[in-house]
Amino acid sequence: MAYSEKVLDHFKNPKNVGTLDKNKTNVGTGLVGAPECGDVMRLQIEVDDTTETIVDAKFKTFGCGSAIASSSLATEWLKGKTINEALEIDNMAIVEELALPPVKIHCSVLAEDAIKGAIEDYKNKNK
Amino acid sequence: MEKRLIYLDNNSTTPMDPRAVEAMMPYFYQHPGNAASRNHPFGWAAEEAVDNAREQIADLISVDPKEIIFTSGATESDNLALKGVFEMYARKGNHIITLKTEHKAVLDACKKIEKMGGEVTYLDVKRDGLLDLAELEAAIKPNTILVSVMWANNETGVIQDMKGIGEICEKNGVLLMSDATQAVGKIPVNPKEVGVHLMAFTGHKMYGPKGVGALFVNRKKPRVKVTAQLDGGGHERGMRSGTLNVPGIVGFGAAAAIAKEEMTAEAERLSKLRDKLETALMEGLEEVYINGNTEHRMPHVTNLSFKHVEGEGLMMTFNQEIGVSSGSACTSASLEPSYVLMALGLGDDLAHSSIRFSLGRFTTEEEVDIAIDQLKKGVTHMRDLSPIWEMYKEGIDLDSVVWQEH
Repeated sequence: MAYSEKVLDHFKNPKNVGTLDKNKTNVGTGLVGAPECGDVMRLQIEVDDTTETIVDAKFKTFGCGSAIASSSLATEWLKGKTINEALEIDNMAIVEELALPPVKIHCSVLAEDAIKGAIEDYKNKNK
Repeated sequence: MEKRLIYLDNNSTTPMDPRAVEAMMPYFYQHPGNAASRNHPFGWAAEEAVDNAREQIADLISVDPKEIIFTSGATESDNLALKGVFEMYARKGNHIITLKTEHKAVLDACKKIEKMGGEVTYLDVKRDGLLDLAELEAAIKPNTILVSVMWANNETGVIQDMKGIGEICEKNGVLLMSDATQAVGKIPVNPKEVGVHLMAFTGHKMYGPKGVGALFVNRKKPRVKVTAQLDGGGHERGMRSGTLNVPGIVGFGAAAAIAKEEMTAEAERLSKLRDKLETALMEGLEEVYINGNTEHRMPHVTNLSFKHVEGEGLMMTFNQEIGVSSGSACTSASLEPSYVLMALGLGDDLAHSSIRFSLGRFTTEEEVDIAIDQLKKGVTHMRDLSPIWEMYKEGIDLDSVVWQEH
């Protein structure tokens, strides 16, 4: 199975790889997947408290090329969105953008869950 | 400049040796006959070519040519041996013993046999991939008819103690079958010497063509018989009907003759290259582990786990130019990593992090050097991206983390 150009590009030149300080109150962290399943995705967002806008997003992913590309793309889409807008990101949009084959759809699901996890963590910290 | 592709996946299939291709050519055009046509020169030429190939193949494994049954490949040979013995020896018993690390062709044929009323024991292997002979002996019962153990494992290259296994089978009066697909033509294989009664192997793992394989069936002491699984013209002593693939068989025979001549030198050259690859990766990178026994192992194979790097992703860092195999299957249909590595007791994480390198006749030292370089870069890239590598480096016990499994 050959990978799409977009997957290859995100894989070779991943955007926003890194780590934000998870102890800061305006940083939300989503950690999904498990090493046993061959996929672990950690996605972090830094939020401007007054506007609830995502000002920065970082990821690290253990997984196949499609999982890495899905999380790289997700961080790109998150920046500049409000957290409510970010909650609307659907995994199928990632599938379409990256032209993921059916066997890799779970990678996009993981990315959507990581986004939701990061936002939930941020909200829990700022109740 | 054309991109250079490096093939380190010779356990999947080998490229053909040009000398074997050359030998096949006349049998596509000049000699088109059917080896079963007994009354004209076209048939005679084909029959003679098949006889010659049968001798070359028999010679490689030190058996009588009459003991070689041609098939379409090792999968068919495995099926014929297992199902054929199960049917033929139904009066004697219905129990078969095999290993959890066998090839799917053996395991799935055994599953079918269970559905047909057979009883199958799937033995565990030790951490290094070797069978515990005491466990084998304990598993043999009065209704056991066959033990099936692969000579060398396709994923790890681990070579079983066939002699020790053969002695146990002999003592208990049960037949021994071996899938020797990965071993024949690469290391000395002599089924009679170790007490193997049926043995499956194939052309395309030893620089011969795809689509042609063989089953060795012992003819004397004991005279072994298998029930045919394909009905038809009664070719191959009634055990395997179907017009013989003459060009394929000729190529298989030529490959066997070449292997017999060159096997020793080739194994020595490849084991040096394999060791170079292995040493460079283990010394140049942290947390690299060899899977399987390193003493009883095929000379051209190494199976390595790169901790906290997912195998399929790692392959993507270089698989525009290097062909290897991963024990990780990251698809929605099967999130299970390699069952062979799992049977060795590897954790899921190390199984997902494994890469199999299998060198071959046409692998050069320069290619190995390129692979070492690419692998180091790839592993570093993947670890820079890996959250669990980061956690591991921070000293977090990954077993204590509550993962959100999917």
